[in-house]
Amino acid sequence: MWNRIWTIAKARIIEFYRDRSALGWNLLFPFLIIAGFSTMFAGGGNTLFTVGVLGAKLPGAGPVAPQYRNLREAPTAKLVPFASRKEALDGLARHRLDLVIDPGSGRYWLDRASARGRTLERLLFTRMPAATAGQPLSMPPVSYLEWLFPGVLAMNMMFSALYGVGYVVVRYRKNGVLKRLSVTPTRPWEFLTAQIISRLIVLLASTGTVFAGCSLLYGFKTRGSYLDLVLVFAVGGFCLIALGLVVASRSSSEEFAEGLLNLIALPMMFLSEVWFSLEGARPWVRQISRFFPLTYIVEGARMVMNEGAGLFELKYHLLALALMAVLFLAVGSKLFTWQRE
Amino acid sequence: MTSFLPAKDHHLPPGPGGTSPEGPILEANGLVKNFREIRAVDGIDLAIGPGTCFGLLGPNGAGKTTAIEVIEGILAPTAGKVLYKGAPRGPGFRQEIGIQFQRTELPQFLSVRETLAMFRNLYDRRTPLPELIAACRLEEILDRDNRMISGGQRQRLFLAMALANDPELIFLDEPTTGLDPQTRRYLWEIIDRIKKAGKTIVLTTHYIEEAQLLCDQVAIMDRGRIIALGTPAELVERYLTGAAIVLPVPVPPDRQPAIPGRWRQRQNRTEIHTDDVAASLRGLLAAEVDLSGLTVRAPNLEDLFLQLTGRELRP
Repeated sequence: MWNRIWTIAKARIIEFYRDRSALGWNLLFPFLIIAGFSTMFAGGGNTLFTVGVLGAKLPGAGPVAPQYRNLREAPTAKLVPFASRKEALDGLARHRLDLVIDPGSGRYWLDRASARGRTLERLLFTRMPAATAGQPLSMPPVSYLEWLFPGVLAMNMMFSALYGVGYVVVRYRKNGVLKRLSVTPTRPWEFLTAQIISRLIVLLASTGTVFAGCSLLYGFKTRGSYLDLVLVFAVGGFCLIALGLVVASRSSSEEFAEGLLNLIALPMMFLSEVWFSLEGARPWVRQISRFFPLTYIVEGARMVMNEGAGLFELKYHLLALALMAVLFLAVGSKLFTWQRE
Repeated sequence: MTSFLPAKDHHLPPGPGGTSPEGPILEANGLVKNFREIRAVDGIDLAIGPGTCFGLLGPNGAGKTTAIEVIEGILAPTAGKVLYKGAPRGPGFRQEIGIQFQRTELPQFLSVRETLAMFRNLYDRRTPLPELIAACRLEEILDRDNRMISGGQRQRLFLAMALANDPELIFLDEPTTGLDPQTRRYLWEIIDRIKKAGKTIVLTTHYIEEAQLLCDQVAIMDRGRIIALGTPAELVERYLTGAAIVLPVPVPPDRQPAIPGRWRQRQNRTEIHTDDVAASLRGLLAAEVDLSGLTVRAPNLEDLFLQLTGRELRP
């Protein structure tokens, strides 16, 4: 039994390793994303607002209304000089600018429908009581790149698990490889277990390589235990592979499987906080994200890497992933068929 | 363990066909298979003795592959039952059979050696790898990627995969379809050796020469039914008499003289099936038909198929 499982798993690992294009892309894709974002955020990357300044004169360079003087020092605002008011207001209307100011007259323009414009207005014109002084952060800050990195790793795992299992099993069914295996003593659960083992080995090896490479290149720090991180990725990978097996359980059409995989992967990618936090999103959006395994993997990995969380803090994430994995595996096994429908 | 290699020690006589003192190794009773409203297999009864090479002969679409896949357990029958060694097929069935499909793919990025090793490892009982390689003549392509081998080499690899577990019963579904004549003969030699090693073979084919050369017993299938069953010689003897006079050119109907026998145009030749060869030949000479390249042959399974169905085996 185990001999059969390992035989099929080993063959699949060899297939993956020798498919240089798939292997290369699996390793290169997350590197490219991290490298891209690292370039985009080089030099601080703290600009939050873009402000158009009329008269080609920056605040502080001449006679200026007093309320604008501190804009020059504000590290979060990028100031763009404009000679023409029309041009500046066009920029405002097209959301390229958050606010337009005229330092000479003290007048300013904003789009009332823009949350960024309204926020900047408040920042500039609301006086805080003197006692309300900002307190420094007690924990070391995490850059956006460090915050993004666990999400990119988890997202790469998701694509590799869903497409690497879902798509391949469908292809096997379509071209008759599954039919050939079905007439050997191999049982469906042995085949499915072999797929899980092989893909999990591949996932952990490729994620480990990307993790080590990016950590070396960009100096990312993991504040928690590496073992806990491996556990999060292992349970998460298992869950995603099981989800891929559900997709691959019956279909013999690669086009249909691809559509189904996209339908699952794309919402997960956008709503599992890989790229941005859902802190300000509507409650129902956040509720939906709780049904996605990727949410728990991303959160778990961030807790270990960014916050130094241990197993105790991760218990709900690991439990959720394990329960989902069991559910997906049960459904996948129930629906699985060797042959085309 | 039975070797497939052509050694004297391993040479076993072919089985008797049908039943044997030990009883049939494989039986099918009243087998029916429907695909929605289409009846692909329409009440098949078979009994195959151990050590027999059993041929299922019929044109494309006759239901051979469906019948075989029901017997193999890949498709569930609509009605009827299949017995292996006198009992319903149990978990051990898959350990003891080998199958070569008509159409299938191989795992990608594996070499021939790795593919063979993989399939051997799926079984409890295994044919020694060197023997498998030698039996199917795979020595030269062992380290080649599966994607880089020719059609004939693929068929030899598929055959080796079917033999990986030293099976007692081997199903070969049109193993030589699409191969050139030389490669086909090469495969026939290999199958003949397997047969001589005492294995039971169930072979589907639409090549008459293949059935006549390899099979001890033949069932002719048409439209999901078996329309004739017996040894090739028995069948021909039972249904056909006389001989066939073959002219290597077409003779139009208006130039066919009235002589004893039935005229048939087959592809680009003319055949006259007659019980009185001498009288037919005299008639042809008298009508001054060009007899260059004329041959006379005994009737074969192809003639039988035509006789039974009114259609050619291979259109």
